[in-house]
Amino acid sequence: MQTTTEMGYNTKIEGDVVVTRLDAVLNWFRKNSIWPMPMGLACCAIELMGTGASRFDIARFGAEVMRFSPRQSDVMVVAGTVTYKMALVVKRLYDQMAEPKWVIAMGACASTGGMYRSYSVLQGVDHILPVDIYVAGCPPRPEALLDALMKLQSQVQREPLLATLKKPGPALAKP
Amino acid sequence: MISSGLAKQLQAQFGDLISEPTEFRSEISVQIADAERLAEVCAFAKHELRFDYLVDISSVDNYGDDPRWTVVYLLYGISHKQYLRLITGVSEEKSELPTVTTVWRTADWHEREIYDMMGIRFRGHPDLRRILMWEGYPYFPLRKDFPVTGKPTEVPEVAFTKTAPIEGGPFITTPGGKDAIEREPRAKTWES
Repeated sequence: MQTTTEMGYNTKIEGDVVVTRLDAVLNWFRKNSIWPMPMGLACCAIELMGTGASRFDIARFGAEVMRFSPRQSDVMVVAGTVTYKMALVVKRLYDQMAEPKWVIAMGACASTGGMYRSYSVLQGVDHILPVDIYVAGCPPRPEALLDALMKLQSQVQREPLLATLKKPGPALAKP
Repeated sequence: MISSGLAKQLQAQFGDLISEPTEFRSEISVQIADAERLAEVCAFAKHELRFDYLVDISSVDNYGDDPRWTVVYLLYGISHKQYLRLITGVSEEKSELPTVTTVWRTADWHEREIYDMMGIRFRGHPDLRRILMWEGYPYFPLRKDFPVTGKPTEVPEVAFTKTAPIEGGPFITTPGGKDAIEREPRAKTWES
């Protein structure tokens, strides 16, 4: 049986071993592979596409895999004006995403309804979804979206993952 | 041939049904007295006067006046490059017009939009459903007596609406104000 002292001085494995908490390492995996669900509804979607393209390169944050299926996505980027006609469709897509899942409300419309104080526009997607990050702008610059993604990453890094896993989730909880 | 001449031909064909052409900024408009004969006039305009392109149909709510609705058809001829505007009125009790989808197929969505926003029905339309709001929405939002902030509704599993917060608004711009504070959109009453 090796002691910790020996391991520290073992030249064969020195530098190849990192000691950390399981929580931290799992969150590290998660936060660097957040796959977005591009919920592009209006002009913000164009900025979202720009963020995905080579100049701004969302791949630097492990989020380049835009999945048009909610089953394979981790973060829903609500990019654009959510009309009441679309609201329950957005909600349904969110419900179809597998846990863990997050929401970024991109731009003024998705955050608050924006300039549309109107009969047809939902006054902020937070009326129907739990939003993690709001991005200001009309539309926001790609840098702002990347900043939101980095903020989401630091939020994911802080999540008490194992404690959450031990608790029965909504699917397992008894009514 | 210029469009005032084409309007004269329309008058010669239909007589009293078509009003004297009026000109505004070199655009010609005619009033159609009886909306029921609209499709007939449109068919003549398309086949004989070669107005082969229906640019747009729009509707006006003259709230408080009679007839309440004014419907405007903007025609264009690709061969002669002339515009002509046909204007007709419909009373609120009737709220119905003959369709012109039989003349120009593009009228399909234009008429659906007017039905959706104003609540004017088009008799003979092949598919008169709402186009912008969802099926089952109970109001016609472009009518003058409908508040811009909307009304609360709910159709379970389809959609819902709530009244938009307006925070002292509506925000009104005053063009020609003496400074930017006066000109920019702010919560004011219409009178001030």
